[in-house]
Amino acid sequence: MAYALQQLINGVTLGMIYGLIAVGYTMVYGIIGMINFAHGDVFMVGSFLSLIALLGLSALGITSVPLALALTLLFAAGIAALYGWTIERVAYRPLRGSFRLAPLISAIGMSITLQNFVQVSQGARVKPIEAVIPGGIQIMDQGGFAVQLSWMQIAIVVITLVILGLFTWLVTKTPLGRTMRACEQDLKMASLLGIDTDRTISVTFVIGAALAAVAGFMFLLYYGVIDFYIGFIAGIKAFTAAVLGGIGSLPGAVLGGLLIGLIEVFWSAYFSVEYKDVAAFSILIIVLIFMPTGLLGRAEVEKV
Amino acid sequence: MTALRDAFLSALVALGLFAPLVGLVTTSGDHGLTLTARPIATAVVVGLVFFGRLLTLSWRGRSRREATAANRAFAERITRAGKYITPVLLSAAIALPLTGSRYYIDLGTLVLTYIMLGWGLNIVVGLAGLLDLGYVAFYAVGAYSYALLATTFGLGFWVCLPLAGILAACWGVMLGFPVLRLRGDYLAIVTLAFGEIIRIVLNNWVSLTNGPNGISGIPRPTLFGLAFSMDGGPGTFGDFFNIEPQVIQRIIFLYYVILGLALLTNWVSLRLRRLPLGRAWEALREDEVACRSLGINVRNTKLTAFGIGALFGGFAGAFFATRQAFISPESFTFMESATVLAIVVLGGLGSQLGVALAAIVMIGGLEALRDFLSFLGDQMDSPVFAGIASELPQYRVLIFGLALVVMMVLRPRGLVSGRTPSVALTKVKEIAPDLVAEGRG
Repeated sequence: MAYALQQLINGVTLGMIYGLIAVGYTMVYGIIGMINFAHGDVFMVGSFLSLIALLGLSALGITSVPLALALTLLFAAGIAALYGWTIERVAYRPLRGSFRLAPLISAIGMSITLQNFVQVSQGARVKPIEAVIPGGIQIMDQGGFAVQLSWMQIAIVVITLVILGLFTWLVTKTPLGRTMRACEQDLKMASLLGIDTDRTISVTFVIGAALAAVAGFMFLLYYGVIDFYIGFIAGIKAFTAAVLGGIGSLPGAVLGGLLIGLIEVFWSAYFSVEYKDVAAFSILIIVLIFMPTGLLGRAEVEKV
Repeated sequence: MTALRDAFLSALVALGLFAPLVGLVTTSGDHGLTLTARPIATAVVVGLVFFGRLLTLSWRGRSRREATAANRAFAERITRAGKYITPVLLSAAIALPLTGSRYYIDLGTLVLTYIMLGWGLNIVVGLAGLLDLGYVAFYAVGAYSYALLATTFGLGFWVCLPLAGILAACWGVMLGFPVLRLRGDYLAIVTLAFGEIIRIVLNNWVSLTNGPNGISGIPRPTLFGLAFSMDGGPGTFGDFFNIEPQVIQRIIFLYYVILGLALLTNWVSLRLRRLPLGRAWEALREDEVACRSLGINVRNTKLTAFGIGALFGGFAGAFFATRQAFISPESFTFMESATVLAIVVLGGLGSQLGVALAAIVMIGGLEALRDFLSFLGDQMDSPVFAGIASELPQYRVLIFGLALVVMMVLRPRGLVSGRTPSVALTKVKEIAPDLVAEGRG
């Protein structure tokens, strides 16, 4: 019981990170119908930006942890948003209206480029940091197995919920969110009605990249070690989460992220750690074959 | 003036992008990680972006019609030159071992392996238009099939080669079945997941595959039963022809084996393109819905594309295993799939000559550039060239990635291909990228 509770806590924490990345996938897919393959690598870049900001702040002598974390988060999200904007501008916008595989191949190229750019510029070695917020609380003790809820996990869940709350407000209540939803429903019609679709798509990429950077920041805090390769696996898992929740659906992405996090953690705890990625990938294949619309998605009608 | 302003803005964005990641590098010190500043590197990168933007702006200043015409002319020139390039390339490939240099023959073998993989993947991606990101899985199946059959049952290379191909083809069809209904981009992700699953299983199924340690001692191929062993005993190549056994003989033999396999791949796909099956592939690439309404069996068409593509991947895998004599899951990462895909895309989806040229440029060209730079460094005693030469391999993949993006933006249909249908009723009409609004993948 205690063991399962501990796994539940770990799974929810991990699921929050996946959910944040998945939102970026699902938003872009909802609007322009392409898989932004480089999104996982933007997450990785966000993680590296957080690392650099944390080191820079400690070198500047800022010792207050909340202030350092807030500044890091802002810096990482800001620069990652710039990355998202640039990627869309350079690699995807010129291809709008081209044949279907073109943006996908371009996105794969962008993903490879980002990965190797970070590998070349920052080195291929893993980057460990010390725990920023150590300690935690012990919830229960059963037969010598103590269930730990670390401050870090609490921070991750709280930050995610706050960010998602802000994001939901942005999408449902603001004029910007309204244009985004309009573009999601019908891009051509939205542009006929005077919405600057190019700008809306840019904004979507910016927001998605910023959310991915927040996820990268929390990944760095939670695991304490990153390398240039984390974006690939995390990206596929987050994409799985988006598909599982129903691609195009924002609550679905968060739900899918939570499910994937829980499945991965419970699978590692009760079956095998080696095959945890196989579990996630198999779910992706099974969902796509038997339930292509996911849990909360809408069926897509193919028109000729 | 606007161009200057635009370039300046680009440089500003580049400064924002690169100042944190290029300008500050994290290095492991005594007390954990420390930051080191690299202002010169940042300035160089930002400067490159500035001048690159200026150049592209002046390039784009030409009118659209002019640019399209130039593109056409370029494609036509390449197609016309293709008539001469093909025999020249082929004779160069046959004559390469005459140089006697082990280095060039090894490099040629590597390039030919990628050409073969590229031609195999070209059937799936270029002809049938199914974006397969897990092609390396079939390469791995071929390599492991041969390695396991040879080390467990003592079977020879020529017996195992067809078996490895058939096993890979079976996997191809097995993968093809569940993904039949998926559209282009979903298909890409599923094949990618499939490739990763194969690699993870190879890595963890230690009792069968020896896990990350890999399989070593894989036997070399024989020439009609004549082994290339160095001791020169009875029944070996050296003994039969009564010559001194040398390592170079085996290397030349391996070179001709892969040349033969690659040419076989080329021949088969050229023939297949003329069959109804090949035409169905090309039709499927252009429009799946139209295909179905015209009564083409989409299921069989897709499955044969997967199966035949995988078959050649399996052949190449078996060759890879016998050439290296050692394989481990590390050789079969997603990067390998991406490299082969980059070759196919750069070559122009569907063009045989383009794939060969792209492989030569991307695999051989960078290698040659590195040698040239290190040679320059030695000659001029300049550490700059030598430094660039030693760093160049790490930039290879970066260049691959950028090339994919640039290629898609500038010439989405590839350098050589004009997407000319293989078979046409009366007059061959080119389907240029500017005439096609949206195909379905």
